[in-house]
Amino acid sequence: MNFDFSDDQKQLRDQARKFLTEKCSPKAVRAVLDGKAPYDKELWKGLAEMGFLGVAIPEDFGGAGAGHLELCVIAEEMGRANAPVPFSSTVYLAAEALLIAGSDAQKKKWLSAIASGEAIGTLALFEGKGNPSPKNVKLTAANGMLNGVKKPVADGAIADFAVVAARTGSSGRDGDISLFIVDLRDGGVEVKSLTNLDPTRGQAEITFRDCKAEPLGAAGEGWSILTQVLDRAAVLCAFEQVGGSDRALEMGRDYALDRIAFGRQIGSFQAVKHMLADMYVSATLARSNSYYGAWALSTNAGELPEAAAAARISATQAFQHCAKNNIQVHGGMGFTWEFDCHMYYRRANAMALGLGSLSYWEDQLIDRMRKKNAA
Amino acid sequence: MNFDDTPQEAEFRATARAWIGANAPKQYEDELRKSSLGRTQLKNANILDVAKAWQKKKADAGWACLHWPKEYGGRGSSPIERVIWQQEEGPFGQLSRMFIIGHGMCGPTMMAFAREEHKRAYLPPLASGEKVWCQLFSEPAGGSDVAGLRTRAEKDGDDWVINGQKIWTSGAHYSDYGILLTRTDPTVPKHKGLTMFFLDMKSPGVEVRPIKQASGASDFNEVYFTNVRIPDHQRLGEVGDGWNVSLTTLMNERSAIGAAVSTGFPELFEYCSSLMLDDGPAIDDRAVRAKLANWAVKASGLKYTSMRAISALSKGERPGPENSIGKLVAGSMIQDVATYALDLQGAGGVVSGEDAELAGRFQAMLLRAPGTRVEGGTDEIMRNIIAERVLGLPGDIRVDKDVPFNKIPTKGRD
Ligand SMILES: Cc1cc2nc3c(=O)[nH]c(=O)nc-3n(C[C@H](O)[C@H](O)[C@H](O)COP(=O)(O)OP(=O)(O)OC[C@H]3O[C@@H](n4cnc5c(N)ncnc54)[C@H](O)[C@@H]3O)c2cc1C
Repeated sequence: MNFDFSDDQKQLRDQARKFLTEKCSPKAVRAVLDGKAPYDKELWKGLAEMGFLGVAIPEDFGGAGAGHLELCVIAEEMGRANAPVPFSSTVYLAAEALLIAGSDAQKKKWLSAIASGEAIGTLALFEGKGNPSPKNVKLTAANGMLNGVKKPVADGAIADFAVVAARTGSSGRDGDISLFIVDLRDGGVEVKSLTNLDPTRGQAEITFRDCKAEPLGAAGEGWSILTQVLDRAAVLCAFEQVGGSDRALEMGRDYALDRIAFGRQIGSFQAVKHMLADMYVSATLARSNSYYGAWALSTNAGELPEAAAAARISATQAFQHCAKNNIQVHGGMGFTWEFDCHMYYRRANAMALGLGSLSYWEDQLIDRMRKKNAA
Repeated sequence: MNFDDTPQEAEFRATARAWIGANAPKQYEDELRKSSLGRTQLKNANILDVAKAWQKKKADAGWACLHWPKEYGGRGSSPIERVIWQQEEGPFGQLSRMFIIGHGMCGPTMMAFAREEHKRAYLPPLASGEKVWCQLFSEPAGGSDVAGLRTRAEKDGDDWVINGQKIWTSGAHYSDYGILLTRTDPTVPKHKGLTMFFLDMKSPGVEVRPIKQASGASDFNEVYFTNVRIPDHQRLGEVGDGWNVSLTTLMNERSAIGAAVSTGFPELFEYCSSLMLDDGPAIDDRAVRAKLANWAVKASGLKYTSMRAISALSKGERPGPENSIGKLVAGSMIQDVATYALDLQGAGGVVSGEDAELAGRFQAMLLRAPGTRVEGGTDEIMRNIIAERVLGLPGDIRVDKDVPFNKIPTKGRD
């Protein structure tokens, strides 16, 4: 047993951190937050040049072919930096769907475009309120044409293509759902930007009207593919959340050392110390659960479904906990637009919903644990 | 990142498994499995006798205190092998809880500070369970504030003469030896006037009085010292350096206790899988699931945190204060889990003991849990440790810092 990242992977982490510290300062994040651009194009280009976008994409399809542990390492740094780029939608959702279910031609076309930074992808799954569930998919596909409305679609307004979940049957079972790829640049769609909790990662509504679509994976296999995609994305997002938790904790700690009240550093008050200690505890538990998820993901172990749900819940809780208490430690300053605390608070709460809510994943975890115990 | 055994680890596991299969006291397996929650009792046998017999058997075959050096009664195993052993030992590992203070704290302190001839004489029988050790630190005046202790040690020829009182001493009533922290100089600031010894608990002048605990059991004691003589060669570390010596013990205490704490989660999960509520199985209930999931990720988080620590250890890195989180998280978790299990039982949950659901497992857990949050450092002290040593925040303001001990006001001080 060796439950840690390798030295090479740690080196990659240092490299990613250095790159993001330079290229993704809070000022750069703010430019997107303030609405000056829908995402940081320069950063996106830079990420492609560094090979980070295709780190887990096989070399045959234009990637670096490193693997998912390496992607986890980079994800953590993306979360630390609060990077305002469509990384999760493109790399965790669209690329993973293609890796799992794409034909060689589809992989060649889209994965290499992702790795080179030429194409932004997303997953169009949700249709309003609610969690991942076949019965919540109303958009229909017939004769290669999609009709319906998806929202919220992460980074939908800047995406070049979308993996779309559509209803192709009416049996009331999982097999009613199939996946399609839509080149959004081809028309047939109407895209509207939505305001959202975290403007550094946009959300959109996409209306499909007799929109041409190409099947991804076998008909009726959509839900089973989606479940795998969501599990993988859950682990990868967990690393972003762990990175965000750590950064929020660090910000709180630094401020507690810096700020003086009642003639003392506020970090010498036990109420503040203990709040920060609790943040450390939740961040640590999340990190450990995520490491297990990373192992399960990288080896495609049978444990992945359970490990993914545990990582998801733990990291969601930790990021929300650290982000909110970071504001508390900062007092009034923490509530200003000017301080960076709210950027992490926004990201933490947006990420808590993006793959389905916490209660959805709680259900998943218990179902999966039961299944394992029964087996 | 790898969870699989290396070929050597697999071989070690197979050997351990075979030996345990052939030698463990199987007649107690079921009882031990069910009493994993702070109520280690056996119906028809004395737990200490059973524990000692199992420990001796392990020691004779080279399976005791695996990570200790061979010359001190161990096996010289790697941290990973120790974990593999624990996994394979399963419920029988419950029995080693009887020795946790000796093996987890006293032994390592002896190893770090005792003379070589003492190490060779005292450590092997400690490892084999023939001799039981206790830790005599806490006093009425000094628990969290360990350095506030008042038990006096005064030099008299080649001996030291001890007078004073200890409290909450786990296992003192069946211990053969103890490590003892004393005050040798009350005229200097409190951390500077302490000295550590080990002593024979049967020495004249040592009186052990069991205390009845909130749980109803009596696992800890008051220990009184009246002119107890300890030879100088049983001193651990320098005169006046007792604080540093005790830090070694306390660091080991946190990892020993931290690694051994149960969370109560597997028991609760199992219970909820079979329990029927008014509307159907508990595990189908949304509210129950939310609670379970929340505790599930804490339990797994702790498990993988300790695996990360072990991986670091096996690479030669030192375990740090971050190990405090095990006890901190598990302590209140076990309390909450027990409270919740009883809540699920409704009015019937009030019944405890043999007449209760599952023979009162969760009731016993509830009554033992408060102790877990206090022993080995309270939750508050654990948070201080994380805040100060891991996060680098300032220490608490100390009004007694540079004041000679005998000038510090203490409630109840004479
Ligand atoms: C089951 C059990 C077994 C034990 N076994 C042993 C043993 O074998 N040997 C031994 O030497 N001791 C043993 N102890 C003693 C244990 O180490 C002490 O009880 C513990 O350290 C707390 O000290 P105290 O009881 O004096 O509480 P106090 O120190 O009086 O604490 C009372 C309350 O004040 C809080 N508090 C105190 N100081 C601070 C601070 N600086 N900041 C914030 N809050 C603070 C505490 O957290 C607690 O809530 C055992 C205790 C228990 C419960």
